[in-house]
Amino acid sequence: MAGFDKVVSSYEEAMAGLTDNMTVIAGGFGLCGIPENLISEIKRKGTKGLTLVSNNCGVDDFGLGVLLSDRQIKKIVASYVGENAEFERQMMAGELEVELTPQGTLAEKMRAGGAGIPAFYTATGVGTPVAEGKDERTFNDRQYILEEAITGDFAIVKAWKADRYGNLVFRKTARNFNPMAATAGKITVVEVEEIVEVGELDPDQIHTPGIYVDRLILGTFEKRIEQRTTRPSDKHEAKGE
Amino acid sequence: MALTREQIAQRVAQELKDGYYVNLGIGIPTLVANYVPQDIEVMLQSENGLLGMGQFPTEEEIDADLINAGKQTVTMATGASVFDSAESFAMIRGGHVDLTVLGAFEVDVNGNIASYMIPGKLIKGMGGAMDLVAGADNIIVTMTHASKHGVSKLLNSCSLPLTGKGCIKKVLTDLAFIEIKEGKFHLLERAPGVSVEEIIKLTEGELVVTGDIPEMKF
Repeated sequence: MAGFDKVVSSYEEAMAGLTDNMTVIAGGFGLCGIPENLISEIKRKGTKGLTLVSNNCGVDDFGLGVLLSDRQIKKIVASYVGENAEFERQMMAGELEVELTPQGTLAEKMRAGGAGIPAFYTATGVGTPVAEGKDERTFNDRQYILEEAITGDFAIVKAWKADRYGNLVFRKTARNFNPMAATAGKITVVEVEEIVEVGELDPDQIHTPGIYVDRLILGTFEKRIEQRTTRPSDKHEAKGE
Repeated sequence: MALTREQIAQRVAQELKDGYYVNLGIGIPTLVANYVPQDIEVMLQSENGLLGMGQFPTEEEIDADLINAGKQTVTMATGASVFDSAESFAMIRGGHVDLTVLGAFEVDVNGNIASYMIPGKLIKGMGGAMDLVAGADNIIVTMTHASKHGVSKLLNSCSLPLTGKGCIKKVLTDLAFIEIKEGKFHLLERAPGVSVEEIIKLTEGELVVTGDIPEMKF
């Protein structure tokens, strides 16, 4: 690497330094915008005892779900984990620790972690199991709970395009948690569909500045679809569910 | 007759107003999008980071990078915008969404809602529901009034873990449209052909019935 050039040439190099019992923050919503090849590399490495922070945990054979079969995940912090049979089995058997976190709170925990804010108050979760053991305080006659920020030893991120300096552009709803995840890793690794030369991206259009990015790798992606819903091409009415 | 899922959605759609930004939950709430009145414009917010959700794509239009919060492939309406999850929940938490429609297992007379967990049975997580009920002022809960075995889901006190405390003011069930205030349910409308007595029988929490209760109109 030279100067601000973040590009690495192998997935092994991209995930170098990941060791047992580390915390990894992952971008993605469902299977959309997940760093699928970085996850595969963690599986290949066989790193164990990981704490994963991610909105979801993939499906049995794709996304973070692939790390379950070899019991690589010790704990997961997520908002919704409903699409995965092995996950449910490990959770019910007490083999996997699960910290259910409201989606907006999870996004804000990552954002705060990346922005150097140790904790924040939110009304989300007041009076629910999420509030248990947390500080409560009243502002303007409304109750709030104190939620702590999250940072990771690694953050793994999927973006659409980047320049060699790690300036990132995301595409459509594949953005989701990725920009926050990118800010919250001690080492942030990003995989992208296209790497362009520095200067080719319009600075006004960059979603995540390269300062947050440590390593960048060009990948090819399966982009599996979780719920394929369509309407017939000859009609203009949306088909319900 | 109890309302069908489609009729529940249709009745909720009557509550939409021109210029509303609306978040629709998974299940029946999603169907509301099919009944937006022709003469008004609403914009659908999907909490995974899309404002201006369009209809489902054709086979040719499918894009793995474009889904809704139910993880279904969707399109973008004209004038749509996309953003990250923190921004999305800033909209929600900040009270910028005009109407939220979501499902529930139970609600009670104090406006509490339980919708995300059945201990020992169903532990999938709350997704964005806790943020939505805490952040929105205008919420409509859609649900069935009672279980198949006739056990009421409109309770004195929710028995399941709460999604939100004291945040629900309106509930539309397959039998009735109900307002929650001052620690009581208030019957606003009944489903066509459903009697007030039937509704009272299937409502555990105190139900206030004032005057003649009109039937819903479609």
